[in-house]
Amino acid sequence: MSNPKSSLAVAALKNGTVIDHIPTNALFKVVKLLNLENATNQLTIGNNLEGSKCRKGIIKIADVFFPQDILNRIAIIAPNAVVNIIREYEVVEKLKVTLPDTIIGLVKCDNPKCICNNEPMSTRFHIVDRSAGIIRCHYCNHTVSTINATII
Amino acid sequence: MNPHSLVSIADLTKEQILHILDQARYFEDHPGLKVLDGKVVATLFFEPSTRTRLSFETAANRLGARVIGFSDANTTSSSKGETLKDTIIMVSNYVDVIVMRHYLEGAARYATEVTEIPVINAGDGSNQHPSQTILDLYSILKTQGKLDNLTITMVGDLKYGRTVHSLIMALKYFNPTFNFVACDELKMPVEYKEFCVMNGIKYVEHKDFTQEVINSSDIIYMTRVQKERFTDIVEYERVKDLYSLHNSMLVNSRDNLRILHPLPRVNEISYDVDSNPKAYYFQQAKNGLYARQAIICNALGIDILAPDVQSKYVSHE
Ligand SMILES: [Zn+2]
Repeated sequence: MSNPKSSLAVAALKNGTVIDHIPTNALFKVVKLLNLENATNQLTIGNNLEGSKCRKGIIKIADVFFPQDILNRIAIIAPNAVVNIIREYEVVEKLKVTLPDTIIGLVKCDNPKCICNNEPMSTRFHIVDRSAGIIRCHYCNHTVSTINATII
Repeated sequence: MNPHSLVSIADLTKEQILHILDQARYFEDHPGLKVLDGKVVATLFFEPSTRTRLSFETAANRLGARVIGFSDANTTSSSKGETLKDTIIMVSNYVDVIVMRHYLEGAARYATEVTEIPVINAGDGSNQHPSQTILDLYSILKTQGKLDNLTITMVGDLKYGRTVHSLIMALKYFNPTFNFVACDELKMPVEYKEFCVMNGIKYVEHKDFTQEVINSSDIIYMTRVQKERFTDIVEYERVKDLYSLHNSMLVNSRDNLRILHPLPRVNEISYDVDSNPKAYYFQQAKNGLYARQAIICNALGIDILAPDVQSKYVSHE
């Protein structure tokens, strides 16, 4: 791997996925977004690790390879995360995550008077400003900064 | 989802807005066209609003439709815990179009997603109220003879007033100049000022409702300053008089100036303005009838201006 020091801080992985460069305050939200709380595979979570520029979080999960649309969920709160695909201890692919145009069922609307907080239904958000990470509720039009978004 | 549903004024193109206004004009000139003979209109008011409900129901009745519905959520199954989805699906079995008002924001948008029947939003919380915007536009068009290049002054509660927000969005097609007159507590939210900037709309913010602002206006759109918006009651008492309109203030105003207000008013327009020919708020409410006739027909895909529709109904007048 390109940065042996930081990768040594957590256990090496034979096959699986390493999600790197997660902001420290977003790490556990990423865990939730990927539904890793219920994972039975070997899972290593590291936080406040020394990165090249600042402290970061990292997630390593063995023998799991996520589809790109699932990985893109990470972009909601960690747009600069890098996903490394590991096979036989080698990084065979590095993937970036991109915010989908519509985010369904992942982010909670912070407007208590929104219909989506009062009916058994999925939330839905549209991107307003991709670079600033601003999304708007499809139903009530309230805008949320993705950094502050509550993950369902 | 029915493509003719009307949830937000922002869903309409300039051409669609102008076409609805043309239809409203036609209904004003031709009252009593029974275009909706045999149709059933539901008015589902999960939150009471007598004015809006009466206006929609009168519009439906004038068009020859029958009306069913409720005027208060307490009388419906939603008070027994039924979801909005279930209520909408159930009512969809009976009617051709649903007019709904709800206290929750986004309720109308969600309703369109669970039924194939067209849904007309008659207000969802503090979010959208497109029929009000159509009648405001119709009132402006009727009194000014045009929608383009007008100076429109909005006064009072610009923070929570959804009618002014929707009007700004609709007027983006018509090169308006806005004056926003409000105190700090109730000033125009940043998002709408950004909307103006993005769409090249000129606006000036004012804290004082001055003679200069009044005398440069084609339209003055007054709104109600509500006591419950203030944390400081002393501040409310000070502000409510600052943004009141009196007849004496209109002496040097433009001849074409008209005063609009979504009603009900409390004390922001004094009664001595009522007899001034520039007072237009009661006619504005009446225009709501024609606007809603056009909106209901539009939702049902019936274009009163189309030749085949005209030949079918207008000859029987
Ligand atoms: Zn919402």
